[in-house]
Amino acid sequence: MSEGLSHWPFVIAAYVIGVVGTLGMAGWSWIAMRRAEARRDAARGERTKGQE
Amino acid sequence: MHGFANPARFLRLARWMTPLLLVAGLLLAGGALVYGLFFAPADRLMGDTVRILYIHVPAAWLGMGGWTTIAVASLVELVWRHPLATIAARAAAVPGAVFTAICLATGSIWGRPTWGTWWVWDGRLTSMLVLLFLYFAYLALANAAQKDGVGAAGTGGSRVTAIFGLVGAINVPIINRSVVWWNSLHQPASITMGKSAIDPAFLWPLLIAALGFSLLFGGVVLARMRAILADFQAEARLRRRAMRSEALGQVTT
Repeated sequence: MSEGLSHWPFVIAAYVIGVVGTLGMAGWSWIAMRRAEARRDAARGERTKGQE
Repeated sequence: MHGFANPARFLRLARWMTPLLLVAGLLLAGGALVYGLFFAPADRLMGDTVRILYIHVPAAWLGMGGWTTIAVASLVELVWRHPLATIAARAAAVPGAVFTAICLATGSIWGRPTWGTWWVWDGRLTSMLVLLFLYFAYLALANAAQKDGVGAAGTGGSRVTAIFGLVGAINVPIINRSVVWWNSLHQPASITMGKSAIDPAFLWPLLIAALGFSLLFGGVVLARMRAILADFQAEARLRRRAMRSEALGQVTT
């Protein structure tokens, strides 16, 4: 291995990027989905109220 | 397959599959990463840096898998005009781009202690970077088409995006064959159809990590499809309501 570098800082940096990136994407997608579905349900509710 | 083109049927399926895929993916990928970090053996040549394998390789596969999904969905959209194919292609772009970025970042981190450099402009690394730029271009094109109101399935903007998705797929086999066609610091493929040059001590946790990340990818695609579909439905409802109010206003005046 070049320059006798310690491997662990590289391993930890790679795991942090991988885990934060994946969890961030999954969490953001879940929240965006719930918000979009709440907006759709609100639009549906407004239509129902308007028809009464 | 045509049966799932019905959004109501798709939503019935996606409602229980989305959390199932996300939770199963988190458990499998998390378990494989914990094993890879703390329990997997170090490699004779690469030492502890081999642990990066359990993130880097699934991310690379899913980066390419994401564009393959876009290409297949784009083909289905162009040939059969499936409304859900347009949405599926768009939904796969963000997780594909994220996994490509993770692959590039972790590969660069892995390269420094093993190759002595963060980056080289060789075939494999450059074609993977091109894939990331293709994802950015695809997302920009899809968003522009949607904002202009021409992004709905079957419209001109949607077809342009689908053609871009199909043409961009040429980069996927180039990435795959790059280590064979050109000299590269990157090692050749260790796993091919039915064959593996990896010791089982590394292979099994790698396959479990790949399965876990694939389930996560599937869960994210379903969540994004539900979000895009809900946005379309909300906008359609609000538009119909505005048109009705306008028509009523014209009748009363």
